[in-house]
Order: sequence, then structure tokens, then C-alpha cells
Amino acid sequence: MMLQLFFAYLAVAILGLSLFIITRKNPVHSVLGMLFMFIHVGALYLLLNAEFLAAAQVIVYAGAILVLFLFAIMILNIKEELQTELFVGSWVMAIPVGAGLLIMLLLGLKSVKPLYTGTHTVEYIKNMTHTKAFGKELFANYLLPFELVSVILLVAIVGAIVLAKKKL
Amino acid sequence: MVELQWYIWLSLGVFIIGLMGFLTRRNLIIVFMSVELMLNAVNINLVAMSHYMQDMRGQMLTLFVIAVAAAEAAIGLAILIALFRTKAAGHVDEATELKG
Repeated sequence: MMLQLFFAYLAVAILGLSLFIITRKNPVHSVLGMLFMFIHVGALYLLLNAEFLAAAQVIVYAGAILVLFLFAIMILNIKEELQTELFVGSWVMAIPVGAGLLIMLLLGLKSVKPLYTGTHTVEYIKNMTHTKAFGKELFANYLLPFELVSVILLVAIVGAIVLAKKKL
Repeated sequence: MVELQWYIWLSLGVFIIGLMGFLTRRNLIIVFMSVELMLNAVNINLVAMSHYMQDMRGQMLTLFVIAVAAAEAAIGLAILIALFRTKAAGHVDEATELKG
């Protein structure tokens, strides 16, 4: 019962904060909403026994990405921003389209059942601790993708420097 | 025990909200934030699936999605700053060179 209540609170908070993010006029308010949303998603990961990912979520998203967004907002003119219109031209049409898509997918995903069960049971992860189980799996079976991620990050670094140069 | 269903519905809701924000907002920074919302929805789905299938694969993918999201935010905001400097444009309907 406690678990359901906790999940209900997190779900309501995440959905409400998502709506808050996309409807604010002032981008700084959106970023603050996003901070709280990321922390709630981290709590949801804790509910799913993924402690390492909860920590990574808070550190990478709330710590790194949001600071980047705040830096980008500094170059905007907030006074002018508060006077321009929030949405592009035909946003009224977007509401029925979005609602239709939502209802269609809600009905379509009504009866998803996991047919496959692997070896990482709750007991197994509890005995080994999540970080250790995660690291063992990552470095044993997913070493090449892990190395490739470093290439992606290198591309991001080089790309950001090239794009931020004085003369493009 | 919360059913898997509810996690999938929650992630679907966040994804649709992010999609709507991506398609309708005018401010480019909010558009990038909507992309992050969609990536977060995918992450919720992957971790929930991983937990209920008792398999680590979904969580591996989540780690990679987080890394790609960080790279995407860095590049996207660099493009935004370059656009702002060359054209003083911070809205999606102000950069229309490719329209011809």
C-alpha cells in the first residue's frame, strides 16, 4: 500500500511538472520545474531498485545538463521573451492530435506482460548490491558500447568548441 | 507491488507531453527541454521493463541514453548560441534560411 501511494505521488508530480515545464513563459521557471522533475524521476528509479541510475540521473541531469541550460538562458533577453507568444501558429490543432495519440497508445499498451525473465532477480541484486551487479554486466557484456560512448562524448566536446568559435 | 502497466502509462504520458512541447513551443531552449523530457520518458520505460523482466539490459541502455542526452544537450545549446550570435534569433520561426 505504501509503495502504491509513493508511486502515485511520483507519477502525479512527474506529469504535473512536465506540463509545468512546457507551459511556462519564463524559461528560468521551466528549468526549475525540470530540476524537480529530474529528482522525482530519480526517486522513481529508487522504487525500481536501480540505485546507481538514480544517482547518475541526479548527477548528470540535474547537475550537468540543467546548468548548461541555465547558461544558455543567460544569452536570452528575458524581457523580450515575456512579451512574445508562447506557441507557434497552429497549436490549437496540437491538442486533439496529442490527446488522440495518447488515447490510442494507452489502449494499445493496455496489456503488456513481460514474457521473458532473466537472471538478475531482486534477490540477486540485493545480495550483490546494485552498483556491483550493474558494473559486472556493463564491463563483461557491454564493453564495446561503453567504449563507443566515449567517442560520442569526444564528438560532443569537439563539436561544442567548433560551434562556439568566434568565426563559424 | 505496482503493476508494470502503470510505469508504461506514466512514461507514455511524459513522452506525449514532451512531444507536444517539442512541436508547439516557440522558444528554442524549451524545445531542447522537451527533447530531454522525451528521453526521460524512454528511460523510465527502460528501467521499469528491466526491473520487471529481471534483466540488466534495459538499465545498460538507460546509461547510454543518459550519456547521449548529455552530448545532445551540449551540441544543441552550442548551435543555439551560434544561431543567436549570427542572427540574434532564439525562436524556431526566426531561422528560415533553409525554406528558400
